[in-house]
Amino acid sequence: MVKIKVVVCIKQVPGTTDIHIDPQTNTLVREGVENIINPFDNYALEEGVRLKEKSEEISQTVALTMGPPQAEQILKDALSVGMDEAVLLSDREFAGADTWATAVTLAAAVKKIGDAGLVIFGKQTLDGDTGQVGPEFAQRMHMPFIGYVSKICKLDRKSIQAERLMEHGYEIIEAQLPAAISVVKDINEPRVPSLRGKMKAKKMEIPVWDRHHIGLDAEQVGLSGSFTQVVKVFTPQSKHEVMMLEGSTAEQVEKLFGKLKQLNVVQGA
Amino acid sequence: MNYFLTEEQRMIVDICKEITEKKIKPVRAELDQNQVFPSEIIQEIGNADLFRLFIPEEYEGMGTGIFEVCLATEELSRGDLSVATSYAASGLGFLPILISGNKQQKEKYLPLLASGQKLAAFGLTEPEAGSDAGAIQTKAVLEGDYYVLNGTKQWITNGGEADIYTIFAMTDPKKGSRGASAFIVKKGTEGFDFGKKEDKMGIRASATRELIFNNCKIPKENMIGREGMGFLVAMKTLDQSRPAVGSQGVGLAQGALEEALAYAKVRKQFSNTISSFQAIRHMLADMATQIEAARNLVYYAAKAIDSGQKDISRLSAMSKVFASDMAMQVTTDAVQIFGGYGYMKEYPAEKMMRDAKILQIYEGTNQIQRDVIALDLVKKGF
Repeated sequence: MVKIKVVVCIKQVPGTTDIHIDPQTNTLVREGVENIINPFDNYALEEGVRLKEKSEEISQTVALTMGPPQAEQILKDALSVGMDEAVLLSDREFAGADTWATAVTLAAAVKKIGDAGLVIFGKQTLDGDTGQVGPEFAQRMHMPFIGYVSKICKLDRKSIQAERLMEHGYEIIEAQLPAAISVVKDINEPRVPSLRGKMKAKKMEIPVWDRHHIGLDAEQVGLSGSFTQVVKVFTPQSKHEVMMLEGSTAEQVEKLFGKLKQLNVVQGA
Repeated sequence: MNYFLTEEQRMIVDICKEITEKKIKPVRAELDQNQVFPSEIIQEIGNADLFRLFIPEEYEGMGTGIFEVCLATEELSRGDLSVATSYAASGLGFLPILISGNKQQKEKYLPLLASGQKLAAFGLTEPEAGSDAGAIQTKAVLEGDYYVLNGTKQWITNGGEADIYTIFAMTDPKKGSRGASAFIVKKGTEGFDFGKKEDKMGIRASATRELIFNNCKIPKENMIGREGMGFLVAMKTLDQSRPAVGSQGVGLAQGALEEALAYAKVRKQFSNTISSFQAIRHMLADMATQIEAARNLVYYAAKAIDSGQKDISRLSAMSKVFASDMAMQVTTDAVQIFGGYGYMKEYPAEKMMRDAKILQIYEGTNQIQRDVIALDLVKKGF
């Protein structure tokens, strides 16, 4: 049996909380915003690199992302922390993909990469925040899926045993490979890139695959391959009024009491 | 300001910045308080290839110059001087091997130090030999294939944490400083023990310990250079390492200025932020100007060394003395800008001020540096 590859799927997200939505298209305004690896995906990358360092069963680690040409930068970042290879899925036709179209596209790419024994996702993204791509990908690939993994207990060429974080405790789940997992922050402490890694990443040419490379039809990808569409994105209007009280504790109590009295919530001197 | 860095130099700074922001800043106060050696951070620094910088490629290093080491040290010092000191002290420990060691010694030790798996330490200072380094009393006596070491080294940075020590001892006490030799001593060698760990004013997370040699037998081949060359090896090492101490001052001061500036922009008195007051603004302006001046002197000294310039003692001493005096002043001013809060351990300013003081003392006090500068000046002019 051949050694397995570990594929880590990552996404570029705006490296700021100060985001703006284009009112016409309801999508993120990306101009002038520095992009970073989705924070949860850093844990996925670290786990991929650690598995390769620890295990003889793994032939290669591959970082995969779908995005505009600039998303090459996060793949370079993935290479600098120790991933062996990277692939960028970029095509105008991929634009506007919802989670399903994204999962379909990633699945086609993972098939093309070949020999993927384990596919790792971050538990969700900072921008889309759905947490759906991982499970949908596994569905599409007919792979078992273990979500919210906090520890990989065992991995060989045939199976994985992982501990997953639940609301009231942990579950230990075993699954046959190939499998997909999503990881949470507890799983590891991501390293900083190394100088050699950065220099290697700088030199490496990252292959860019479009729809034809991965053999999908136009109606399977991007907006046309999406079941859902974002109709409107808005910030809910706050109905609450917030007042910050300052000063010593005694002064704050005094101010609070005055305000409550003014609002007829309390009575007294 | 970009300081005309190459892409590789930029990468070094970026990596160190990430270590400072993500790994050092969140824990520095705790490390200082509990005097805990930052092993995990040092490991991270090793994994990031930063110990490889100055070591030649044939010994698994990256073959950069001192300038690159200064860039890394500066950025780590912006985060925490204990971490930067532990990092730089390993460099100080392996410089004698790099400068004067033979091929076998380099092959044996440098790859281990390049990867960061092992740390090095530099053992020169003794209770009775501080500025007067020629007065060391540790003796090394040749007996067959071994030198037998006896004596005590004091205030050795990375003491106990390092695996490889470069030790200076007298092989011929009659000859004074010309009778000193340098040796490589491994941790765990019989007759080599550690004394008390010092409780310090600043850089409290760094390890500072006594090294005790009691009939410690060292194989003859562990001598660095020839017998009697020890003092020369030490001086050559210090000439090359001083700009890195200067860069510690620059980084530390930069960190203090950043904290002071951020505070001045939010702290309100008389209904205005204190950054709007001329008294504070001029302090900030002076701090920034002094840092920039020191940085340029340090960079210049490092580049002079890297260009192969021979007479570097004066310039190297200038970069150390100016940058460390500057750091003391800037960190003191940072505490002043924080006012009462600056005196409290809640804010990082007081720690930075405590840390700064060591820079005027270690690797040659600033008084000794001025002696070096004056001697060269009087002897050679310009």
